[in-house]
Amino acid sequence: MRQSFWLRMLMGVLLALGVTVTAQAQQTIKIAYTDPLSGPFAQVGDANLKQMNYIIDHINAKGGALGKKFELVPFDNKSNPADALIALKSATDQNMPFIMQCSGSNIAAALIEAINKHNDRNPDNRIIYLNCGAVATELTNEQCSFWHFRFDLHVGMKAEVMSRAIPKDVTKVYMINQDYLFGQSVQRDVKAFLAKNRPDVTVVGDELIPLGKIKDFSPYITKIKASGAQALVTGNWGPDMNLLIKAGIDAGADLRYFTFYAHLAGGATAIGPGGDGKVLSVMSFGENVAPEIGNKEAEAFTNGFRQLHKFDFAAATFRTIFEYLQSAINKAGSVDPTKIAFAMEGLSQKDFLGYDSTMRKDDHQIISAYYVGLFKKGVKYDAEGTGLGWATTATILSKDVNQPTICKMKRPSA
Amino acid sequence: MEVFIVSLLNGLVYGMLLFMLASGLTLILSMMGVLNFAHASAYMLGAYFAYTISLYVGFWPALIIAPILCGFVGAAIEMWGLRRVHRNGHIAELLFTFGLALIIEKGVQMGWGLLPVPYRVPALLDFPLFSIYGTNFPAYRAFMLLISGMMFGAIWLGLTRTRIGLVIQAALTHPEMVGALGHNVPRIFTLVFAAGTALAGLAGVIGGNYQVTEPAMAFTMGPIVFVVVVFGGLGSLTGCFIASILMGLIQTFAVVFDVSLADLLAKIGFIVTAKTPLAEVLTVTLPRIGALLPFLMMVLILVFRPRGLMGTRDT
Repeated sequence: MRQSFWLRMLMGVLLALGVTVTAQAQQTIKIAYTDPLSGPFAQVGDANLKQMNYIIDHINAKGGALGKKFELVPFDNKSNPADALIALKSATDQNMPFIMQCSGSNIAAALIEAINKHNDRNPDNRIIYLNCGAVATELTNEQCSFWHFRFDLHVGMKAEVMSRAIPKDVTKVYMINQDYLFGQSVQRDVKAFLAKNRPDVTVVGDELIPLGKIKDFSPYITKIKASGAQALVTGNWGPDMNLLIKAGIDAGADLRYFTFYAHLAGGATAIGPGGDGKVLSVMSFGENVAPEIGNKEAEAFTNGFRQLHKFDFAAATFRTIFEYLQSAINKAGSVDPTKIAFAMEGLSQKDFLGYDSTMRKDDHQIISAYYVGLFKKGVKYDAEGTGLGWATTATILSKDVNQPTICKMKRPSA
Repeated sequence: MEVFIVSLLNGLVYGMLLFMLASGLTLILSMMGVLNFAHASAYMLGAYFAYTISLYVGFWPALIIAPILCGFVGAAIEMWGLRRVHRNGHIAELLFTFGLALIIEKGVQMGWGLLPVPYRVPALLDFPLFSIYGTNFPAYRAFMLLISGMMFGAIWLGLTRTRIGLVIQAALTHPEMVGALGHNVPRIFTLVFAAGTALAGLAGVIGGNYQVTEPAMAFTMGPIVFVVVVFGGLGSLTGCFIASILMGLIQTFAVVFDVSLADLLAKIGFIVTAKTPLAEVLTVTLPRIGALLPFLMMVLILVFRPRGLMGTRDT
């Protein structure tokens, strides 16, 4: 008798504890964030995390959503899909409504598949995948999913921007890309759009390199030079980007570099003053965009980050993700992932720079303004203390990046 | 021809950098039997120390001070760490150095951050030394060759022409006998470990600004150095030297030859099409597997010649 009384007491206390824990959990809207926070690509994940936290503070100061604040919960995935799936498991175990991932389309593909299954089987514990930078074209086409929302242009769109940004005097290009889903996507799409928009350009060399393995790119530079190329087109990111450009600059190769990611953390340091006027990057944002268009508020917002960190606020457009979340959650009136997903698709609003953007309903791909930056002297905000920075040479409005999709979206019965 | 000469020079520079790292490791491994996983971490520490020191007093003092600091770190690790762990056998030592490598990596991440630090080539050496067929050969690479060449000479002279070198050589093969003759073998161990770590540190000082100084640099450099040591053979500095240069050249030349097994087969009249079995494997070009070649060679040499190229005993 006595024992069962104590047992009941214990159960009561545990229950009470359980209730307070869930009550506390509901005070914030948790977003699981998984990216490499250790290993060769750690700097990429770390830079993203710092930028997101800065943005979240800003959004929370503006009231969050439904009176609740956003909270980012980081999980290291070591650039490994298996570890990302463990993060997903932890996120769903804790009933988090969102998981966010930026680096690695192979990881994104694994996440999409796992989330589709999970959400089918657990209608009362669903999760939305916010993709902040895994950009292989397939992910919102062949592989598109109702639960996946991509907040960066996909490779096809970036490749089209790139094909238009290549100067008229360049007719021979060499391509180097990383040997995995994303790199292969770049390889295929850049070629397709060059053939369409710049038939005068020939691809004199085309090569895939192992992801994150190469320490000295000088041999590649030798080979590129021997091919007679005038420019190098590359989708490399992280150390694969920085070391490649550094090797080219050091060899004094008479090359121009057309990149997708040279503007990210570590890029400017690796390029250095020797790259003045030689490096182009197709980017979602640059610190000089706001002053160039005279947007004081956006400039103050990016300048605030500059005071805190030693690298560029290259991913300031992560702010768009949280602004969409804010609107979708308020519109849905709840933090139920299914309702939020329905509220988010088709949503249109202006980004913080004042340009139009849409979360396209057909494939959950954002359509937003994009920029081409040239690394040069004499800009208002330099990059990583090099004295050089990214000057915007072209702004592409969202209506001009709007490519059709082949996605056949399967929606849950709400 | 142009590609050949430029690649030869690049391969040589990379090979010599590998040698600076591997020479210390091969001494430690052959003498103490310790497979030091933290060796590449010393390379990283050297680069970071040099970066920090060069902020205050410039590159040249850093070139001397940073390796010495690394040497002290090495000595401390040997005296207060390895020597205690040594009693529990080789597995314990292995795990100890492995843990150490992870701790150093985390420590560097905490101390200097996750991002690459702007450790740059000194202005005095930041010019193209000469230009072959329009490709610049940076003076700094020549300087690296010079330093590593001098180091090779110094080690060789030290090991073969000095008293302490002779004792070390003897301790390589017969540590008990050397101890019985009245030499302080533990102190020799400490000395060798410290010297090996200092060499790795020196490699870091000149390698850090040749590549990029970042917390992942130990992780990326580590495996290849092991390959060099195993390939070159235990207890042989010459083997280590040959293996280093070989690996440097292989990795460099693998990149520039766009051939695949399918091309070879085509030469003997066998055309690979998409329908051929294993076509995926046969059409992979050499540059794509270039980074794998050293490991392939290590596996092969372990199977066919376990003592390595010039090794005096089995691994």
